Amino acid sequence: MSALVDEQKLEASPTGDYKLPRIKPHTTTEIKAHLRSAKTLWCPGCSNGTITRALIDAIIGLELDPEKVVVVAGIGCSGRISAYLDYSTVHTAHGRALAVATGVKAADPSLHVIVAMGDGDSSAIGGNHFIHAARRNIDLTALVFNNSIYGMTGGQMSPTTHLGDKSTTSVYGNVEPAFDLCELAHAAGATYVARGTSWAYQQLTNVIAGGISHKGFAMVEAMAICPVYYGRFNLTSDPSEFLMSQKEHAVQADKFDEDVRSHDKYPVGLLHHTEREEFVTALGKVNERAREAGNG
Amino acid sequence: MAATTATAPRAVLLQGNEAVAEGAIAAGARFFAGYPITPSTEIAEVLARRLPQVGGTFIQMEDEIASIAAVCGASLAGAKALTATSGPGFSLMQEMIGFASMAQIPCVIVDVMRGGPSTGLPTEPAQGDVMQARWGTHGEHSVIALVPSSVMECYTLTVEAFNLSEQYRTPVIILSDALIGHMREAVVIPEPGALRIAERGEPDCEPDEYDTVSSTLDNILPRPPLGSPFKVHVTGLVYNRRSGMPDTADPAAAADLGRYLREKIYHHRDAIVRVEEVEMHGAEVAIFAYGSVARSAMAVVRKLRAEGVAVGLVRPITLWPFPTQAVERMAEQVRTVIVPEMNIKQVSWEVQAAVAGRAKVVDYGRVDGKLITPDEILELVKPEFYYHKWEGQ
Repeated sequence: MSALVDEQKLEASPTGDYKLPRIKPHTTTEIKAHLRSAKTLWCPGCSNGTITRALIDAIIGLELDPEKVVVVAGIGCSGRISAYLDYSTVHTAHGRALAVATGVKAADPSLHVIVAMGDGDSSAIGGNHFIHAARRNIDLTALVFNNSIYGMTGGQMSPTTHLGDKSTTSVYGNVEPAFDLCELAHAAGATYVARGTSWAYQQLTNVIAGGISHKGFAMVEAMAICPVYYGRFNLTSDPSEFLMSQKEHAVQADKFDEDVRSHDKYPVGLLHHTEREEFVTALGKVNERAREAGNG
Repeated sequence: MAATTATAPRAVLLQGNEAVAEGAIAAGARFFAGYPITPSTEIAEVLARRLPQVGGTFIQMEDEIASIAAVCGASLAGAKALTATSGPGFSLMQEMIGFASMAQIPCVIVDVMRGGPSTGLPTEPAQGDVMQARWGTHGEHSVIALVPSSVMECYTLTVEAFNLSEQYRTPVIILSDALIGHMREAVVIPEPGALRIAERGEPDCEPDEYDTVSSTLDNILPRPPLGSPFKVHVTGLVYNRRSGMPDTADPAAAADLGRYLREKIYHHRDAIVRVEEVEMHGAEVAIFAYGSVARSAMAVVRKLRAEGVAVGLVRPITLWPFPTQAVERMAEQVRTVIVPEMNIKQVSWEVQAAVAGRAKVVDYGRVDGKLITPDEILELVKPEFYYHKWEGQ
């Protein structure tokens, strides 16, 4: 269910017509050509490197001109991706990446704008920008690294930390329910919504590529693992064990049974896909109307 | 109506806020993002109509935080961009004004000041944000702030604000107020080409040399747009000025950047700072007033000079960086400086610091949303000329 009241007036196409791109993995040498540095500050066992590689694989696979790719990032572990990628990159303030990216895309619609954010970044401090970017259906690809915790500041709970989970600020167990970021994006009007895991690399790459090639607001949630904080407090500090647990939790969207939805069972793959007029395209039409009004 | 020739400048009746909007378009601004707030809203309304006519973009964002963020993004993508707001919205923007300062993003922020703090007096003028303009964002930084005193200046200073922001790669703040913003005056719109317009241009260097050569005080190269061969990295972290990349481990890099961000403005202070001096020749007492209050001060100076009273006006057009030299000059000349402002002592402290005991400083503040009248200023001047035969004495 979308939360947009006017959506019934817009033409919608069912998800079933749409096929995700299939991206062939590229060699490490090819991947490295898209990095300023392969040295990161991410902890051993962190999955951010895997997600970064999937993003590069998608960009190469879609044959985008690297000079026309802009990555706008927020603050947190995921935000650091901006310094590593060899594109035009903006490391903004906490929560503000989508608002900055809105200005970038509106000022130069020829750019491929990818917005890298964390879970707290996108849905706590940046939650307002998130729902409004989705509502506008601006052609941005939101890539949310969801590790269910604030890693950079040392393991505090976030809006995607599950009920009962422990963190340094939910010492006795979290009393707040978690956001489902994909459903949040969908309800707010996102026209492409997909989820991947760091465990299933190929699917993650494909859903990122689908998001980039989609004309409209694309939400790609990359389920990340944080063995150092989230894992150690709640599950396991062993990265491989943590990764393997994603295999058990993730259910392919077409086989997903809504009745079992919980943080232990969530759908992955393409979740929602519709077409409606993109925001910057609509602004272009506003300019045409303004010129006609001026001439008439 | 008098006959006009095709080449005569056109005089139009404009509101201060409308003049800001038209000035922005004349300056080449093609992007506005904002959020409605009294008494600045007309700037958004005019630009919502005008920008699409000239191929620009207007976006009403979800809040003021998003507005200044989108302005930063549009500027980084190559557009001249502005936002406009008032007190509460200006406070929300402070975080990203700091980002623009740190990341050296040219942009213009118009603050149409109203009574505060908080919701305060939404429809009444005030000058309570002058220190917020200087120190509102966190951390050491410098800023340029311009203070229009007339509708015409709303137009010309908006053009100037864009020029300065492009030249020094910095946010520039226009401190208007509810009175200036809503007042209507005849404005002579300059012919196209009559005003200097600073274009951003392309950096004159190879992409891999950009950070190394762009950052000397006398050679501030324009920012290449996102999506160019320069593939810039823009960050709010402390960065090494010569690589452009984050460097938070080296205190020397942090010190170098911190000093540079300050000196980038202060080194060019003589070129940036503008002050208007009225009837200062032989003045024994000076009124130091800015924005709408300067209009009342001007009326007093004109009246008293006609009566032979040696009083003059020093009106900062640039409030930040502070016109210290002009104040020092004034302090050497006069025995008293009167500082009327629609706040309590915000700028008078700054005047006192620059005067440094060389003259008496009389401050006068009003925070009830009412303009300081010429009569009130006159009463402040009278005791300084106790030997003058004042009317009614």
